[in-house]
Amino acid sequence: MTAITHHTPDALLTAYSSGNLPQPYALVVAAHISLCLECRAAFEAHQAAGGVVLETVGAEEVSEALKSSVLDLLDAPVAPEAHYRRSGVYPGPVTEALKGKPPRWRSLGLGVRQSILSAGRSGSVRLLYIPPGQAVPDHSHNGLELTLVLQGSFSDETGRFGVGDLEVADQDLEHTPIADAGAPCICLAATDAPLRFNSLVPRILQPLFRI
Amino acid sequence: MLAVRDKRDRAAFAELFDHFAPRLKGFIMRSGTGSGQAEEIVQEVMLTVWRKAEQFDPERAQVSAWIYQIARNRQIDTFRKESRPLPEELGEDPGAEPDASQILAVEQEAGQLKQALARLKPEQREIIEKAYLGELTHQEIRAQTGLPHGTIKSRIRLGLERLRHELKDMR
Repeated sequence: MTAITHHTPDALLTAYSSGNLPQPYALVVAAHISLCLECRAAFEAHQAAGGVVLETVGAEEVSEALKSSVLDLLDAPVAPEAHYRRSGVYPGPVTEALKGKPPRWRSLGLGVRQSILSAGRSGSVRLLYIPPGQAVPDHSHNGLELTLVLQGSFSDETGRFGVGDLEVADQDLEHTPIADAGAPCICLAATDAPLRFNSLVPRILQPLFRI
Repeated sequence: MLAVRDKRDRAAFAELFDHFAPRLKGFIMRSGTGSGQAEEIVQEVMLTVWRKAEQFDPERAQVSAWIYQIARNRQIDTFRKESRPLPEELGEDPGAEPDASQILAVEQEAGQLKQALARLKPEQREIIEKAYLGELTHQEIRAQTGLPHGTIKSRIRLGLERLRHELKDMR
């Protein structure tokens, strides 16, 4: 594991740990924790705090029937759950979102490709493939954007991001991430709003490609 | 919990039920869920505790922390009809001897967390409870300063030490 220098900020981690982060962001944070020991430790610490709240928030009497029903069901057969492991550069949660299959890349032009993992009311999350030296089309966004590097690295106005690094961008940041030399950069990116592109062509393509 | 995990001990599970089921029900009802539906969720959570007991690792988490996570997953599943993406599990050496000092340290840290929470002013405490009940958004949490950061930080250090140690063993 190389040194990760850009971590999940504490408020995001708390929201994730308490299960109150919209699905697209939660996927990025889960993938980051899969790669980052420090954030895994922080996640476990938040769970400990959640456990204390569970212990102390106040009990409610349960019915007798509930206990016997649970005890009766202990031997009931259950369908085994699918387990997804890391596959190549993709951490378990991403493999799960891909349902164990390789990403289905679609070209965005200039060698940039994307594979949408989910898009819905709570936002969208996708994989981006950016050749060395290539920029992600100049964009700003309406809301919060999380970008996790899975392969290669990129740099923008705020710094350099390598494998495992998480960039947190809000609507005030207009940035132009450019993939560094070396291996193509593969990122997992989540946003709660359609991206607004600043140049004309991508704006026309936006509804077409859902970017 | 370890008797449940290692011996599939039903009497031990019944004790665990007696301790956690009422707390789970209280926890779930605090978010406005009715008694009947809360009991349905408690049932699913307790069955998951039994079925996934082998995933419980006392060197990493207190029983309450582990059950808290299962409960939140189940609530998200029930109310949002989606499953929360979870980090991949660290592959652990199944033959490894449990580290008693680490288990003790995890318990002590939980005790300190509990005390830190008990010392908070009621309004601060309520914010913490709301946060971990899953009632605060990321933006709302960011605006809060009432979280007991010092205690959480020392728990993070403890966890990190343990994870680094574990990873060293795996190489």
